[in-house]
Amino acid sequence: MTEPQKRTCDPAVEQLLRIAREDGVQLAWDRWEAQQPQCGFGQLGLCCRNCNQGPCRIDPFGEGAQLGVCGANADTIVARHFARMCAVGASAHSDHGRGMALTLLAAAEGHAPDYTIKDPRKLLEVATLLSIPTKDREVKDIAKDVASRALAEFGQQTGELTYVSRAPKKRQELWRKFGVSPRGIDREVVELLHRTHVGNDQWFESILTASIRTALADGWGGSMFSTDITDILFGSPVPLKAKANMGALSTDQVNIVVHGHEPTLSEMILVAVNDPELIAYAKTKGATGINLTGLCCTANETLMRQGVATIGNFLSQELAITTGAVDAMVVDIQCIMQALGPLSDRYHTKLITTSPKVHIEGVTHVEFEEEHALEIAKQIVKMGVDAFPNRRRVFIPNETCDMVAGFSHEYINYALGGMYRGSFRPLNDAIISGRLRGAAGVVGCNNVNDCQDESHVEIVKELIKNDVLVVMTGCSAQACGKFNLLSPEGAKFAGPGLREICETVGIPPALHLGSCVDNTRILTVLSQMATEGGLGDDISDLPGAGFAPEWMSEKAISIGSYFAGSGVYTIMGGRSPIEGGKNCVRFLSETLEERLGGKLEFIVDRGEQVDKALKHIDAKRAALGLPVYDPKRFGASGDSTMIKVLDHKDEETFNLYSAKVG
Amino acid sequence: MSRYVATRAIRGANQIYVEADQMLKKAIAEMGADKEVAFPNTAYYLPVILGLTGRQVSKLGDLAQALEDARSLLHPVPGEKVWLPYLGETLDCGVSTLISAETIEAIRFAYGTEPQKIIWDGSYMPTSSFTSPDAQATSGKRLNGPIDDIQLRSWGIQLVDGRMPGFCAIVGCAKSNEVAVQIVRELQQRSILVFLCGNVNGRSIIHQLMEEGVEMGYDTYIIPFGTDTLSAIYPIGFATRSGLTFGGLKPGQARENLVYNKARVFAFVLALGEVDDLKYAAAAGAINYGFPTVADTVIPQILPTGVTSYEHVISMPFDDIEGKDDLERATKLVQRGLEVRGVKIKITEVPIPVPYGSAFEGERVRKADMRIEFGGKNSRCFEYLHMADYDSVEDGKITIVGPGFDTAPVEGAMDMGIVVEVAGRKMQEDFEPVLERQIHYFINGASGIQHIGQRDITWIRVSKAAAEKGFGLEHFGKILHARFHADFGAIVDKVQVTIYTDKAQMEAWLAKARAAYEKRNRRLADMTDTSVEEFYSCTLCQSFAPNHVCVVSPERLGLCGAYNWLDCKASHQINPTGPNQPIKKGACEDASLGTYTGVNEFVRTASHQAVQDVSMYSIMVNPMTACGCFECIAMVIPEANGVMVVSREDPSMTPAGMTFSTLAGVAGGGLQTPGVMGHGKYYLLSKKYLSADGGFKRVVWMSSFLKESMKEELDAVAEREGDPGLIDKIADERNATDVEGLLPYLEEKGHPALAMPPLF
Repeated sequence: MTEPQKRTCDPAVEQLLRIAREDGVQLAWDRWEAQQPQCGFGQLGLCCRNCNQGPCRIDPFGEGAQLGVCGANADTIVARHFARMCAVGASAHSDHGRGMALTLLAAAEGHAPDYTIKDPRKLLEVATLLSIPTKDREVKDIAKDVASRALAEFGQQTGELTYVSRAPKKRQELWRKFGVSPRGIDREVVELLHRTHVGNDQWFESILTASIRTALADGWGGSMFSTDITDILFGSPVPLKAKANMGALSTDQVNIVVHGHEPTLSEMILVAVNDPELIAYAKTKGATGINLTGLCCTANETLMRQGVATIGNFLSQELAITTGAVDAMVVDIQCIMQALGPLSDRYHTKLITTSPKVHIEGVTHVEFEEEHALEIAKQIVKMGVDAFPNRRRVFIPNETCDMVAGFSHEYINYALGGMYRGSFRPLNDAIISGRLRGAAGVVGCNNVNDCQDESHVEIVKELIKNDVLVVMTGCSAQACGKFNLLSPEGAKFAGPGLREICETVGIPPALHLGSCVDNTRILTVLSQMATEGGLGDDISDLPGAGFAPEWMSEKAISIGSYFAGSGVYTIMGGRSPIEGGKNCVRFLSETLEERLGGKLEFIVDRGEQVDKALKHIDAKRAALGLPVYDPKRFGASGDSTMIKVLDHKDEETFNLYSAKVG
Repeated sequence: MSRYVATRAIRGANQIYVEADQMLKKAIAEMGADKEVAFPNTAYYLPVILGLTGRQVSKLGDLAQALEDARSLLHPVPGEKVWLPYLGETLDCGVSTLISAETIEAIRFAYGTEPQKIIWDGSYMPTSSFTSPDAQATSGKRLNGPIDDIQLRSWGIQLVDGRMPGFCAIVGCAKSNEVAVQIVRELQQRSILVFLCGNVNGRSIIHQLMEEGVEMGYDTYIIPFGTDTLSAIYPIGFATRSGLTFGGLKPGQARENLVYNKARVFAFVLALGEVDDLKYAAAAGAINYGFPTVADTVIPQILPTGVTSYEHVISMPFDDIEGKDDLERATKLVQRGLEVRGVKIKITEVPIPVPYGSAFEGERVRKADMRIEFGGKNSRCFEYLHMADYDSVEDGKITIVGPGFDTAPVEGAMDMGIVVEVAGRKMQEDFEPVLERQIHYFINGASGIQHIGQRDITWIRVSKAAAEKGFGLEHFGKILHARFHADFGAIVDKVQVTIYTDKAQMEAWLAKARAAYEKRNRRLADMTDTSVEEFYSCTLCQSFAPNHVCVVSPERLGLCGAYNWLDCKASHQINPTGPNQPIKKGACEDASLGTYTGVNEFVRTASHQAVQDVSMYSIMVNPMTACGCFECIAMVIPEANGVMVVSREDPSMTPAGMTFSTLAGVAGGGLQTPGVMGHGKYYLLSKKYLSADGGFKRVVWMSSFLKESMKEELDAVAEREGDPGLIDKIADERNATDVEGLLPYLEEKGHPALAMPPLF
């Protein structure tokens, strides 16, 4: 069995892995070991069971069968798998987006009385983007139109998604030229699935091109609507302080943990845990109060807007239960391990599924309905309170880190100049001058194949040391939150130029932009940087790169594809699911770069990932005619000299006219 | 920002807001909410508040709303640990500080305590050129307070043509008096406006300069605003009004105004001595305008760019500056400030023993300080420039014919003639008067030398201080040689100067000069719009008013008064791709209106399609636009069937119901408004003055300043118009400041406009 410190680099998880071992419970890592050896054909993407004549397997060594029963070759089979992953990923995020639009509609029509429009300014902004009239209209009428319009884009059959217009002009033209401008969100998903049916699209190039189009329908469609509408309903994030890691669980309060991806219920649970009646009720059970924390992206949603602590990311979910301190875990959608069911039975934790789309055999289901949102939330919290007295052994690792989260693209714009001078100009200037070498997005999941969080943390540290500003979402952000990289003090890990920028703006070297569906915020930031001027006129001109070092979900494939399709060099860590199709590998890398300026590559080695990204960034700098990155030129800003001089303030020789002291 | 700076600036902003709020409540309690608040002679209310929030504050009560804006921009100071971002928040607090500061200064005006009174018996020499000069100002008993619109406009042309590259707001107190003077001299030599405010422990650079006898006022480019930090709001107000006056921006267009300033107004802050919370807060306000701060003490540096064009905050600890002495350190400090703001400066080395720069142009030499004078009541002085045969001119040759002034009695007078001979392959006879007119500016640039007049009414004084430093007659030649080469090198290859003090020779040359003056007068009179094929454009002001184009013709000079047709022609020779381009008139569409196909085409392109057609001679039909530098504004008074002409110098109310400052808002910014027009004062004398609308006889009201300062010329116009008593029939502010007063006056005098065809 693998040692805990090789399974994770999170000290809290490491301690809990030991507890779990003592308790004799099986966790993801154990099940992964039980799966060894995993199917080699499946790993390479060479096993096809799309029809009932299979499974067909292509021999990767060229000795055995090279074609499936229908004649599909390795590239076709690999491409179809990739397409299906892309379609499922896009459907997950987009269906999430649809859910948000339906909530907005319900709120606007008065069917969801517990929801209000928290950010009317953003509503107006989105309405304007969608060409919905706003003048002299009631907020709820505008909201209704925005929701209806968003929903219409899911069912749209022809034309182009409206948000395509948010991309730089040149990008839009490229999409049109290569036929990847998305037409309708659902249409792209359905059509892509259709392509993968037996005897349908059987050319890797057209399958992969359609995959990119579907991914773009997610990034510039479903996901982008999700982000916008979530902001409208719950407020656009602004920076706030919060805690990361298991230490945020409370020994003496009822611990309610939200887990999954949607904010609709968790926002109500947040209201419920502050309900005086419920708090009083908790006290009758011997608790001192009710403590809300979260896991995965539901946690990211409540973190970004309310500062609710995140106790961990994907691979931490089981460990949270092994603390024995989680009284209720409320899950909504996506990335919820079935294993939580049996595991919660071993402890006192009340596990509650809530989404009509997510049931787990044997697990209590309290179906969430928007009409009675708060009432249901209270009911769920009460279940947690009722579980509190059942606690047995409790072990909460004393591990927390402070972080600053809540960076929306709107706030970044504000942060760089305030109410009147806000713009992306200082960011572009920093890259142009070479103070920042470039920018990178680091996002994605945990993957049991890797030591949990290690790649996220090490890659981010390496990037910021090289003066690359990092933006983050999802599990990746949560990983870095646990290691001080999302704290402004994390600037001490940064190179001299990035440190100057961090000190100037007061930001951490890595910025938390939200949940994985909020990767669209990164798209918006990139578009604004490209249109601000000085860094070319398209996203693919920017000196930047994207990483998903520990990805595992199909959503990650969709995200990676929409970034690549938007012009970003996107590096996925870990094993490549397309390794078996050499032409597919080449297409997603070289061909895509020739056509759309971005590329998608699967690279195992962490050092190689960073090297390739930095080379790419330097090449983009050179293409823009920017000065060669030279960290020695920067670093003279900041408080240190002043503080050093002020240390001598009480001395007789104190002289403010000189920095030469001591 | 840095967290240290952010902490102090945000703290300062919060403190000053509380102070302003309490002060306002007290003031309202004591004087009432309806008590009027205003800065003198401005149409822009409280300019920072107007520019950034659009609020027109005219009463104490209005300030409550402004302070509410200030409050909404405040933020808490960043934490000691795990702080939240602070750059945007600090910049907002900076804006809040500006609003609070302007509120406090406005309340002080209401109490009558601003402009700040100052008691000084030393050698401080206030110039008479303060805002609304009064007895207190001229006797040095008060500081300047805000700059008024009149001065802002008159500086406009210098700001745009590069003669005045920018302004430096000095806040605090220099390390020593010697350093203070050196810093200011360095800035003056580069013609940078020096705005003084603030103090360190009660002592201000204003005190330092007073002690050193430095002349302060508009003429010397050194404006003492006040000895507290709050008076730094006046330079900021000056900048805000630049956007409103020249940039065509509307009140409340905060972002546009701030970005306009970042791009076009080259200003920076020099923080001398210890920087306190309020100074940090005010500097944060200035950074919103793109104005960086350079400090002579240790403060945190903020080097990344973006909000400002270059670095935000530079620390140059004075003692650490490399230099042989404090004077050299002061020079380097100023140089760094200019670099940080990207101020481009052309310095002409003039080899004379006194400081030289256009900031010295306005210096006066009083009789008691005078070593010698040439011209004036007791002697004769003239200057004459002519082109000569290429080979007959020896470049750089300076000849003195006659005695120097070293033997002349102190405070005495001498005759003198300055004859400049120039040669150049591109030189034309037409350029002679253009170049000759420059002698006034060139000689005035020397510190301690005063030059007034031109041609044979020249009057030059040399101060005792300048004479003691070794200034002699040959230095007039040195100045002219250096400057003609520097400024007119494109048309002048060789310059030779002869100074005549020998009576006989001087008189002989005076006769030649007079003959030349007469010839030039006739040539100018013959030059008409129909006698030339080309007019000239002037788009110099587009750096400030992006869509404005002046069309300069022989019979209509530029509205700033600084460029006539010949000037433009010479300027085009000097810089063929510059702001003065020849405009082929093309076909005349309407001779009366003065509309030409070529002119319209040019104006459309050069105004970026903002202006489609322009008439040269009408105020009613497509009048020419204006930037904001105009000397006069003409406006139709429908009731009188005529126009009124108000001059920049006239602060009084006019029959249009507006003062010059208010009218200027309508006339400027490159907007075409029928019935309103900015123009140069000499255009009044042109035969083509509003000729399409009936000509000069339409003038029913005119500022007395114009009537008096151009009396002879205007009398000649009246003569030409066949109505010798016409000027007397035109009302002025002494007899009518509204239409009700104007009409009876015109009827009583029998003004011809009343009988002219209706304007509408």
